[in-house]
Amino acid sequence: MRPNIHVKDKVAIVGAGLTLFRRRMLETSRELAWEASSMALESAGLTIRDIDCVVIGTAPDAFDGVHLNGEYLADGAGGLGKPTVRVYVGGGTGVFVPIAAWWHVASGLCRTVLAVAEEKMSPAHPHPQGVFAYIWDPVLERPLGPNLIWIFALEMRRYMHKCNVGKEDIALVSVKNKKNALNHPAAQAAAEITVEDVLNSELLVWPVNRLDISPVSDGAAALILASENEARRITDSPVWIEGVGFTLDNTHWYNRDLAYPRYVNYAARMAYKMAGIERPWRDIDVAEPYDPFDYKELHHIEGLMLARPCEAPRLLREGHFNRDGELPTSPSGGLLGVGNPIAAAGTMKVAELFWQLRYEAGARQVKKPVHRGVAQAWGDLMQAGTVIVLGN
Amino acid sequence: MRSVAIVSAGWYGFKPSVRDLSFREMMFEAASRAYNQAGIDPRRDVDAFVSCQEDYWEGIAISDEFAPEPLGGVLRPTFTVAGDGLLGVAQAYMMIKSGYFDVVVVESHAKPSDIVTLQEIYELAYDPVLLRPLGVANPLFIAGLDATAYMKKTGTPREAFAMVASKNKKNGLSNPRSSFAGDVSVDEILDSEPVVYPLTKYEIAGYTDVAMVFVLASGDKVRAFTDNPVWVEGVGWSTEVGTGSIFLHEWGRMPSMRMASDMAYRMAGIDNPRRRIGFAEVEDGFSHLELISLEEARLASPGEAYKMLEAGDLAKDGALPVNASGGSLSLGVPLEAMGLTRLLEAYLRLRDSFDIDSNYALVASWRGPPTYTSMSVVLRGEAL
Repeated sequence: MRPNIHVKDKVAIVGAGLTLFRRRMLETSRELAWEASSMALESAGLTIRDIDCVVIGTAPDAFDGVHLNGEYLADGAGGLGKPTVRVYVGGGTGVFVPIAAWWHVASGLCRTVLAVAEEKMSPAHPHPQGVFAYIWDPVLERPLGPNLIWIFALEMRRYMHKCNVGKEDIALVSVKNKKNALNHPAAQAAAEITVEDVLNSELLVWPVNRLDISPVSDGAAALILASENEARRITDSPVWIEGVGFTLDNTHWYNRDLAYPRYVNYAARMAYKMAGIERPWRDIDVAEPYDPFDYKELHHIEGLMLARPCEAPRLLREGHFNRDGELPTSPSGGLLGVGNPIAAAGTMKVAELFWQLRYEAGARQVKKPVHRGVAQAWGDLMQAGTVIVLGN
Repeated sequence: MRSVAIVSAGWYGFKPSVRDLSFREMMFEAASRAYNQAGIDPRRDVDAFVSCQEDYWEGIAISDEFAPEPLGGVLRPTFTVAGDGLLGVAQAYMMIKSGYFDVVVVESHAKPSDIVTLQEIYELAYDPVLLRPLGVANPLFIAGLDATAYMKKTGTPREAFAMVASKNKKNGLSNPRSSFAGDVSVDEILDSEPVVYPLTKYEIAGYTDVAMVFVLASGDKVRAFTDNPVWVEGVGWSTEVGTGSIFLHEWGRMPSMRMASDMAYRMAGIDNPRRRIGFAEVEDGFSHLELISLEEARLASPGEAYKMLEAGDLAKDGALPVNASGGSLSLGVPLEAMGLTRLLEAYLRLRDSFDIDSNYALVASWRGPPTYTSMSVVLRGEAL
């Protein structure tokens, strides 16, 4: 890989759209994809005829219950009669969709790209967790009947032990994000709660309580990417993609250092290198780390080098990551507040950066002036990290 | 402008049933062979890895979890394309063109012999609201409808499809990778029972287990790995209809193949494909598709592909050899690795036997039924 590359076409985000995040939406997956796509097109003042290529993202096919899911969503996502591709890195897909769309434009092959991510989790019976029964190694792990929350409980426990953090420190993330989401029009789980509410909520797998986890959601998000020339014509305030990074670790999650997400760190280093960022803790103004569980946000803040290992809980307590703090994280409300339709949630985070960097986030706008933001998603068996750096 | 070339390829399988290796071991074998051939250390020399697979074929939700290890992509930039291997080649092409990546590995594999419920998986590819309630589990009927519509629209005789099958099955006899080759005459095919009218068992490709790995590199890095690269001059891909929108499909035609090929030609600077393309590997999972693909890829005039076939132009020693490798009808269909198996045949031919008249090749593949996504790649060989 080459740092400081001369990219043929600089790539900008020029529009974004987001559906409501809700459990049991009545719209089909294709309709959700259409809704988000048309909102994004409208926000950029474009029609589907102006779009050269389409990139689709959706996580396990089993949620939609449809094989060849990319083609199933193609009409809703505006991909018929166009070069359309579906990319996939499990839960990291949401941020990966704009990354793949980036090289569609940067290579000079497409001038405008519609990047759409959709997820409809709620139709899975009896619970979406059932789908996750099929993500394990079919020989070594599946016979044990593991559950995703178990392994995250292990990881959370490890993080608490290694960094000497209490549950009440971690619960602060949930309190912050659910509160931030009160200003988000698409939010599903916004609430004004206290640390006690989190600690007293139903215990799922110790140390994970119900309010430590993001909800089951349906929803879609879409972005419009354009080359520099197109972007300048479409808008006066394009948001530039300055760096992209992605990493996949091996399948054996149980052999990993659970307290530190190395895969996120490597992806972040790749993106920072491309963006020419040497001190992310100072150069990044706003961050959207992936927060399906509350401890995960802290974990990822450290992986993104926005705090030193084990330092994030202390900074959180001091208000460093609040919307009016030094380095606001998840000003949207994140997955804990807005909702977690897996692939769409990651794209929602990139959309939030887009709005923050254009000062269009309304009541969610962070207090400090913003120039650069980073969004990150994570997925698979604690193994995928996808990172994107945006600037205005 | 940076150029992109294939520097090596590795494969394992091409058997209807690989019993001794798991899909991961097959991937490892294919990857090791590709790396050895070019003297590549995947941990040091490769910038990114692309794996092409679909969850339902694998029987694993989030199947990309298993992509990095067999390829050497652990803790490196690795991702999955939920689609045919040629879509992965298109991603790799763009990644290299962007200037950020120099060496990208594309992998795809399939192990249909492991799938107990193939028919049910096909059924899940139907739109749950519009098509699944009809209870037509077998998607082959869609190919039958297309073949019939094509005959009616163009006046292509039924025998032409049998001729395609006979030609390709005979071509496959000299290809060590073909499991389904055979000396089958046109009469034999016409006399056999149709599986889906008008296609007989000889005209529908069987399934095969394959793992495929390609290494692509930017022009300035190519010479470090090989003396005889094959250049990727253009790529194209297009989705015509999805499972929920099959009513929009134009029966007997394949506009997505037209769009994909035009895109690839445009990139390669080819105005007159019939003059420039020396040979072609086009989709023939169903025998009629070879003729449709040739017309849509502008290698034959509309409705006249069968005339070229009858005149012997498409034969191994004809003016435009098509599927000289034996095609899918001989090699079999390895699900998402299908496009890469055809790319391999074109790659090997351009790499090993240079011929100034045929140094451009078209590889065109198709994903379906019941969907219509087409991919095209234009390759160029160079003088040794």
